[in-house]
Amino acid sequence: MAAGAITHKRVHPVRSFLVGDEPMTTGLWGIIFFIFSEIMFFSGLIAAMLALHSDTLFWEPTNGAHRLEGAELRPILFTILLVSTSIPMQIAAFSIRKGNRKAMIISMAIVLVIGISFIVNQYFEWQHAGFGISDGPYAATFYTLTGFHGAHVIGGLVFIFAQWLRGLLGHFDAKRNTAIEAATLYWHFVGFVWLLVIFPLVFFLS
Amino acid sequence: MATLAGAQTTPYAGANVWRTILEWLTTVDHKRIGIMYLWTAGAFGLVGMAFSLVMRTELAQTGTIISAETYNSIFTMHGSVMIFLFLLPIGAAFMNYAMPLQIGALDMAFPRINALSFWIFLFGGVLLTLSFAVEGGTAAAGWTAYPPITLDTGNNAQPPGAGMDMWLVGVILLGQAAIFGSVNFLVTIFKMRAPGMTMWRLPLFTWTTLVTGLLILLSTPVLAAALALGFIDRNGAGGAFFDPAAGGQPLLWQNLFWFYSHPAVYIMILPAMGIVSDVFGVFTRRPVFGYRSMVLALIAIGLLGFIVWAHHMFTTGGVFLPFFMGATFLIAVPTGVKMFNWIATMWRGSNIFPTAMLFSVGFLMLFLIGGITGVFHAAVPVDFALHDTYFVVGHFHYTMSIAATFGFLAGCYYWFPKIFGKFMNEGLGKLHFWLLFIGVNLVFFTQLLLGLDGMPRRINDYVDNPGWELMNMLITIGAFVSAAGMMVFIYNVFYSVKWGERAGSDPWEGTTLEWATTSPPPPHNFDSLPEIRSERPLFDLRFGEKLQDDPHYHVNNGRNGPNGGSGAKTPSASAREEG
Repeated sequence: MAAGAITHKRVHPVRSFLVGDEPMTTGLWGIIFFIFSEIMFFSGLIAAMLALHSDTLFWEPTNGAHRLEGAELRPILFTILLVSTSIPMQIAAFSIRKGNRKAMIISMAIVLVIGISFIVNQYFEWQHAGFGISDGPYAATFYTLTGFHGAHVIGGLVFIFAQWLRGLLGHFDAKRNTAIEAATLYWHFVGFVWLLVIFPLVFFLS
Repeated sequence: MATLAGAQTTPYAGANVWRTILEWLTTVDHKRIGIMYLWTAGAFGLVGMAFSLVMRTELAQTGTIISAETYNSIFTMHGSVMIFLFLLPIGAAFMNYAMPLQIGALDMAFPRINALSFWIFLFGGVLLTLSFAVEGGTAAAGWTAYPPITLDTGNNAQPPGAGMDMWLVGVILLGQAAIFGSVNFLVTIFKMRAPGMTMWRLPLFTWTTLVTGLLILLSTPVLAAALALGFIDRNGAGGAFFDPAAGGQPLLWQNLFWFYSHPAVYIMILPAMGIVSDVFGVFTRRPVFGYRSMVLALIAIGLLGFIVWAHHMFTTGGVFLPFFMGATFLIAVPTGVKMFNWIATMWRGSNIFPTAMLFSVGFLMLFLIGGITGVFHAAVPVDFALHDTYFVVGHFHYTMSIAATFGFLAGCYYWFPKIFGKFMNEGLGKLHFWLLFIGVNLVFFTQLLLGLDGMPRRINDYVDNPGWELMNMLITIGAFVSAAGMMVFIYNVFYSVKWGERAGSDPWEGTTLEWATTSPPPPHNFDSLPEIRSERPLFDLRFGEKLQDDPHYHVNNGRNGPNGGSGAKTPSASAREEG
């Protein structure tokens, strides 16, 4: 193949799905490395939880209240809500790759609304829990993990909201959309760390 | 040779002093940020050295001058300041300054995040040191901050106050700065290299920056998690994480802490190793022996660094001893490869010994003693005997503290002409080297012997063991000799900035790209770049034509296309050159 010929199409199908066919920008490299560091941060918290769990006989709050069960309606509801927002977020990225800014803005608005409802839902979940952060290892890890995850959801929403405003101002097109791709990758991370790790461990470990 | 003879312009012409200050405060230039890291980390290093002098004054003789509480606070802050505010950021200083120049980049990939990193670091550092002013004083649990000493459990003789919280938050901030910095370094190396600068042509210091960046990126967040848990434990969770009385586990902290803090040892020493490699490559007038094996050894050290953290916890009874012992022994292998490569580089080289080279050779000697005593510790039975004695103190100061400092001082003398356009004074430099070299060996070798005699660390008096008095006095004398050496260095820095002999673009006949621009470099770094066909582009520029018929020199003979051409895919020119 002649040097310099641009034939990225379908050369890296997975990469192409996640970050498009354009060459990777510094911004995308940056967010990917940053997500690796975030993964290590949550690994540290989760390792702490598993270590405490392995040495604690009754994985319950120490004040006599009952732990929260994943089979209840609210945890399942907000898990579905959060993870489903990965779809409109990815649609936003697909749209702007084709230059369709309007579709991008609409899908990002959907992400913002559902994402905020996740946080509100979590607020009610904390209200509904009959224990405080000082009620033993279970309670402390519950609030720490859901709290740090919630903080990351809020961070992701701020990130998306900022890009949404930029979209309204007419930024981004088919070539220049690194921030949207980065926000999308970060949002997938926030959703999947919940679905695959925090939700099963916090709500189903007994 | 046009690139070497660039015009000597003043790159930053501030109109007046306020304008200059504003320019520095708002700069996003990697060179200026690097210089700010240098000054700040250097200042914190002096603060840390002052703490060590207080401790040595206290320990010189039996009897107490300062209380045990003050002593706890001083040794805690000595460790914290030296590690988090001197050794880690001084590495970042050189990475910031030299790495983009070495790969021929205009700046870092994210210049504004780079500035953010610096200001977060400064804020965290100020928060840490301000804890002297709060009620209850600073953190006093050692730099390792083992719970339950850090918790207010009701049983502590010295319940920690707000200073402990400031320590935890301050270190989280420093970690955040380091993570942003590492993302920046990694993306810069992967995306911003000049045409022809393939991975196998990166200067060794840039390779160490890459591996250090990965270590920071993957280990620091775990420390952040530990610190966050510690903060929550003190302010709300009531010890549920780390206080056994409340259902927590002290060992959990130790595991998380050392999962960061063992790689952190390499985060401190690897940049120093990179500097030393580059210095050897210049002052022996030879290519560094075994370039590729150097890189592979570096990567091996980085990988192994992640699986040995529990060797700090042998005596806790909570870790699987054989695995961590074996893995720790393994680290001696890549480290030995690097050691022998450095020696082989000097072997039959046309060695010259300016101060930078003296410090590099000093680095080898100190690191050898530190490394070998490290292998002693890796053996579980020896570690059981020596745990928490001054042998440990001597060992880790030899490796990550003073060997790393020697590497960074070599970097100071090596890059000073590039940073300020002037040489450091060689006479003062040699005086600095000998005072420091004699001083630190007196301190740390005596500490090894004292540790074999059984003196425990972290005590402020040894009134029951007057036999330790002579060695302690020797250590104190050594500490003050080292401090005198550092005073010479400080004088030398200010003297040379003001009256130093002017240096041209390439005062050392260097081999890497930072010497292909003016000293100091213009804000955009390079007016033009030489062709990059090996890991020593400036050597090719200087001698390529002269040597093109030499059978031992295959780099610049036209076999490779312009800008590297096929060089990346065939066995590299550099490998053939060494072969």
